[in-house]
Amino acid sequence: MSGHNESILREPLITGKDITYAQITDEILLPVENKPNKAWWIGFIVALCGATLWIVSVGYTFWFGIGAWGLNKTVGWAWDITGFVWWVGIGHAGTLISAVLLLFRQNWRNSINRSAEAMTIFAVICAATYVVSHMGRPWLAYWVLPLPNQFGSLWVNFNSPLVWDMFAISTYFSVSLLFWYTGLLPDIATIRDRAAGMRKKVYTVLSFGWNGNVKTWQRFEAVSLILAGISTPLVLSVHTIVSMDFATSVIPGWHTTIFPPYFVAGAIFSGFAMVLTLLLVVRKVLGLENYITMFHIESMNKIIILTGSIVGVAYLTEFFIAWYSGSEYEQYAFINRATGPYWWAYWMMMTCNVISPQLLWFKKIRTSIAATWILSIVVNIGMWFERFVIIVTSLHRDYLPSSWTMFTPSWVDVGVFVGSIGVFFTLFLLFLRVLPSIAIAEVKLLLKGASEQAKLELIKEGHLDKEQVAEYVESLEKFDSVKQEEYAKI
Amino acid sequence: MSNIKYILGSFGDPDEMMHGIEKLQENNIKIHDVYTPMPIHGIEAKLGVKRSRLDIAAFFFGITGTITMLTGVYLATAVDWPVNIGGKTHFALPDFIPITFELTILFCAFGLVGSYYASTHLFPGRAPRVMDLRATDDRFIIAVDAKENTDHTKIDELLKGAGALEVKHNERKYISYE
Repeated sequence: MSGHNESILREPLITGKDITYAQITDEILLPVENKPNKAWWIGFIVALCGATLWIVSVGYTFWFGIGAWGLNKTVGWAWDITGFVWWVGIGHAGTLISAVLLLFRQNWRNSINRSAEAMTIFAVICAATYVVSHMGRPWLAYWVLPLPNQFGSLWVNFNSPLVWDMFAISTYFSVSLLFWYTGLLPDIATIRDRAAGMRKKVYTVLSFGWNGNVKTWQRFEAVSLILAGISTPLVLSVHTIVSMDFATSVIPGWHTTIFPPYFVAGAIFSGFAMVLTLLLVVRKVLGLENYITMFHIESMNKIIILTGSIVGVAYLTEFFIAWYSGSEYEQYAFINRATGPYWWAYWMMMTCNVISPQLLWFKKIRTSIAATWILSIVVNIGMWFERFVIIVTSLHRDYLPSSWTMFTPSWVDVGVFVGSIGVFFTLFLLFLRVLPSIAIAEVKLLLKGASEQAKLELIKEGHLDKEQVAEYVESLEKFDSVKQEEYAKI
Repeated sequence: MSNIKYILGSFGDPDEMMHGIEKLQENNIKIHDVYTPMPIHGIEAKLGVKRSRLDIAAFFFGITGTITMLTGVYLATAVDWPVNIGGKTHFALPDFIPITFELTILFCAFGLVGSYYASTHLFPGRAPRVMDLRATDDRFIIAVDAKENTDHTKIDELLKGAGALEVKHNERKYISYE
């Protein structure tokens, strides 16, 4: 890092004037070290109401059984698995940002990885609660583990994708948690060394005695890189295995080999959308505009266009293959999706996932905070409908027309789903209060090379190519956190 | 003999701190350790910290996971309770690749992070050994053992000359100890 200046063509990752290391610490720890403001309390109370609804709905399910849901003899799997896949998908962005972008040396990940990883962990918790609550007898949840038992040692069915899924989700959750917590240690130590009294004691225990000496930091970087290396295939495998829950069955509409890549793209798509939904609010409320800049927002929007388009291609491919296969069941399943009684769900999915993200090709929309925020929510609605379409429309018209039916959710179905969003936000808001929402140490790394002030310094020195400087200054126009007057003078 | 145990050079800039390390080393003054709020690249070469072998450990933890899963599944499906599914082979390897992969990653990650915590003595509740509380905030600290290196004025001068904002003479090794 020393004596090495970053190219002026790269857009700055930290904006603002006269930012110091101490200021970075102060600004990021502001919500952790102070009493929460009104906005936080309002959000927290609303989220807590949601979480209460979740407890009531899941409690009701446990007490009365799965019959409390709107399932019938034809549609035996509906909102539960839809919610599960939706949450697991959302849980993909965090590890993608922290692992894949680390391997590709994308430094813009530094200011968004922490909260994205936290979001991953909370989303996977929400997904896991679906698994447990839809078991019917959750107190026997440990039966999914291959434990020696008293039933003549009857093992779990290792050929079943549901067992694979259990392995995949629990590995994903625990590895993400390790990655996240190890990355948090230096920042927890920062809080510890500024705190006093009881707070200091708590953060001392949590910091594992971190002191930031040379060897610890060097090993820390080695560990991060290896964890990134193993998490990259892991994150791809998790949604692959989730898709196999469907793809290894013989239900028309599910039985397709395109599912793994299509699900993975969809997961990244929805994950990034959720990151944007959360971070655009966090950035505003916590005043982190200098760290989560327009460049970050635009980069995430570009990933959304890419993955959204992959998902779109997958939808069309499915249709083509259904026709090309010559299997009439397969053909009917797809015609029924688009034109049958659930046509509205299908077109909702098509509009939200394929058509509206294409608006992000326009730079005006891609760099508008309001438009990005709305589109990110639209994407998440679309991704929920995608799972609903795949699951319910494939099941509701089975092989016997006499058993064709529609699915109507009960209040418990709705309660579990809405409640899980409440659980997610409760956890996320608590996270914002007790842990730094941006990786402090990693952002400090960017200050000397990749910040706006460092680049301004370089421009003032005047040894740079004029055209490149002009291009750089032009790229700053979209930033809402950059004072343009500074550059008008140059 | 003074009671000073450690001399700390507190820098506000990582490049100046690197310069300070060079200055001290040119004058044959041994550096005890360096504490920084973020990883500084190139510092380990200067201080002679050896390359980490955690990658090798990670590989063997991973392989252990692979073997554990394959053995476990073989024992369960082919030895302990073979189930005849349409005459198919009991140990259907392709089916077990996803779970074998997952267990490889799981063992690798836990083994790796466990070894890292063990080798750098990190565990919940460990008393932090901090020489300067700002080392986790905005200061880059070079610590020199004052008992081994007795020419204190020279050390002070070298550190100041390299750009240290502050030079501290600590009578206690770790100020974080109550």
